Amino acid sequence: MTTYAAPGQSDSPVRYQSRYDHWINGEFVAPALGRYFENPTPVTGQTFCEIARGTAEDVEKALDAAHGAAPAWGRTSVAERANILNKIADRIEANLENLAVAETWENGKPIRETLAADIPLAVDHFRYFAGAIRAQEGSISEIDEDTVAYHFHEPLGVVAQIIPWNFPILMATWKLAPALAAGNAVVLKPAEQTPASIHYLMDLISDLLPPGVVNIVNGFGIEAGKPLAASARVAKVAFTGETTTGRLIMQYASENIKPVTLELGGKSPNIFFDDVSTAHDEFFDKALEGFTMFALNQGEVCTCPSRALIQQGHYRDFLDAAVERTQKIVQGNPLDSATMVGAQASNDQLEKILSYLDIGRQEGAKVLTGGERAQLDGGLSDGYYVQPTIFEGSNSMRVFQEEIFGPVVSVAAFSDFDDAIKTANDTLYGLGAGVWTRDTNTAYRAGRAIQAGRVWTNCYHAYPAHAAFGGYKGSGIGRENHRMMLDHYQQTKNLLVSYSPRAVGLF
Amino acid sequence: MTSRVAITPAAAEVIRSLRGAHGPLMFHQSGGCCDGSSPMCYPQGEFRTGSSDVLLAELAIDGVDEPVTFWMGAAQFERWRHTHLTVDVVPGRGSGFSLEAPEGVRFLIRSRLLTPEEQADLDS
Repeated sequence: MTTYAAPGQSDSPVRYQSRYDHWINGEFVAPALGRYFENPTPVTGQTFCEIARGTAEDVEKALDAAHGAAPAWGRTSVAERANILNKIADRIEANLENLAVAETWENGKPIRETLAADIPLAVDHFRYFAGAIRAQEGSISEIDEDTVAYHFHEPLGVVAQIIPWNFPILMATWKLAPALAAGNAVVLKPAEQTPASIHYLMDLISDLLPPGVVNIVNGFGIEAGKPLAASARVAKVAFTGETTTGRLIMQYASENIKPVTLELGGKSPNIFFDDVSTAHDEFFDKALEGFTMFALNQGEVCTCPSRALIQQGHYRDFLDAAVERTQKIVQGNPLDSATMVGAQASNDQLEKILSYLDIGRQEGAKVLTGGERAQLDGGLSDGYYVQPTIFEGSNSMRVFQEEIFGPVVSVAAFSDFDDAIKTANDTLYGLGAGVWTRDTNTAYRAGRAIQAGRVWTNCYHAYPAHAAFGGYKGSGIGRENHRMMLDHYQQTKNLLVSYSPRAVGLF
Repeated sequence: MTSRVAITPAAAEVIRSLRGAHGPLMFHQSGGCCDGSSPMCYPQGEFRTGSSDVLLAELAIDGVDEPVTFWMGAAQFERWRHTHLTVDVVPGRGSGFSLEAPEGVRFLIRSRLLTPEEQADLDS
């Protein structure tokens, strides 16, 4: 096991700049109002750099750059764009360890996740969209023997992307890769909680992209996000976040008749049928790991399996084993490769989780393990750590209905298939779900009956490119991670062509 | 009188400051991802409420001329209606497009169960 040196220490592979301005037209640009804000690491709570506090003036400058770059970028061949995306992927891969350390320091997530998931997935994602754009074809419809409809894909032009803080580099990649592949120029606003690691990535890849194709404006939602989302100069807004801001972005977009894609979270059920426990074999072990996935990324995942539904027949035995498995989670310094659960991303996130631990108890949910802030030593005492927590209760409780975005799972029993589906679907959201059973018929029927965009079947928390990801119900609009995301970044141009010399005969 | 929503003195102080800078204010309670499950504070009218929203409270705050409205989506309210909410504030970094974020603070909801008497009063 390895503990990486923290950025800023002499033996660290990562050196963050002490200040990041906006990245506009291929260079750093100071904020128009000259203001900056402090950026703390959740690992220790200490500030490690300062970040430009952007405003509408900066957004306009970035939009100018994007509009300057968009026409030429949109005319590049798909081969050219695919090559660039592949080079970006290669560059990220060659710097995987540095990027993993940078991401862990900024977000607080364990290095074993950034090394094994965040950064390798970003590499694969760029490669996938490099391939997808090469393979994309327009279509031809033969209307009659002399009339043909041609359908061409065209880029939208300049698009706005607002990135969340839970997987800063990977979520930026989910949005950048399809947008760039499709030939769009981008103005991107990172989350104000995690603004620096995207700049660290940009430092590594900026020579591969023409100036102005990707522009980064930092700042707060109200000051920089709003002027970007509300701008009539963007052709589309992509946002990952929560419901109220998602609605607000739709309202702004409606003023300009612009499309949006939204990924707005969930309260995902993870269903364990009785037959999971018919043998204590490899599959049983995998299912227990599947239960424990609620703690992945400190629970800061839109698809966190935060409701575990366990069938009555094996309820107590399975739950006891799940509690035991959860208690084996190693929590500690995120830069230690043995650590499984690191720090929550910000102080307010920590406070919100603690407020849910409070209302969960008040509603009568029983704490089976955890339930408190985790106090770590060794310089981590001011970091934002929460014990992995299992509540036992009923689906009407608020801890079963609201996204806590922490390492907290709420467990309830179900009687039969219909009861499982009813409880699973009794939520405002429909992003992810898990189904665990040895019976493929049960798995298929459950997967089809659950109102969610992604149903992991005998697995959980896998995010390969080439599998569509997006929500039903309150969880949003659009499907990322798949070729179909290209459609969300493209116009369809139809040429309707007559090859007949004869007049129609109406006039 | 029984209320569904209260506000702490510290949060009221932030509201007074934001009111001075931005004019009349409103809250809309968010659900879902990342910055979700948090009260979002906007200039009154910035967020368009409609028939899918419920007005839970009009918070009277000393030093603020008009009440600060507190809204929630109706479907979400059905799942929250048995609880009393208190708007508090904590040091924080970001929160969607909410007005307080640049000040280095963030509004937060603290909850308790409504008593049977309060529940009966509110339902009548």
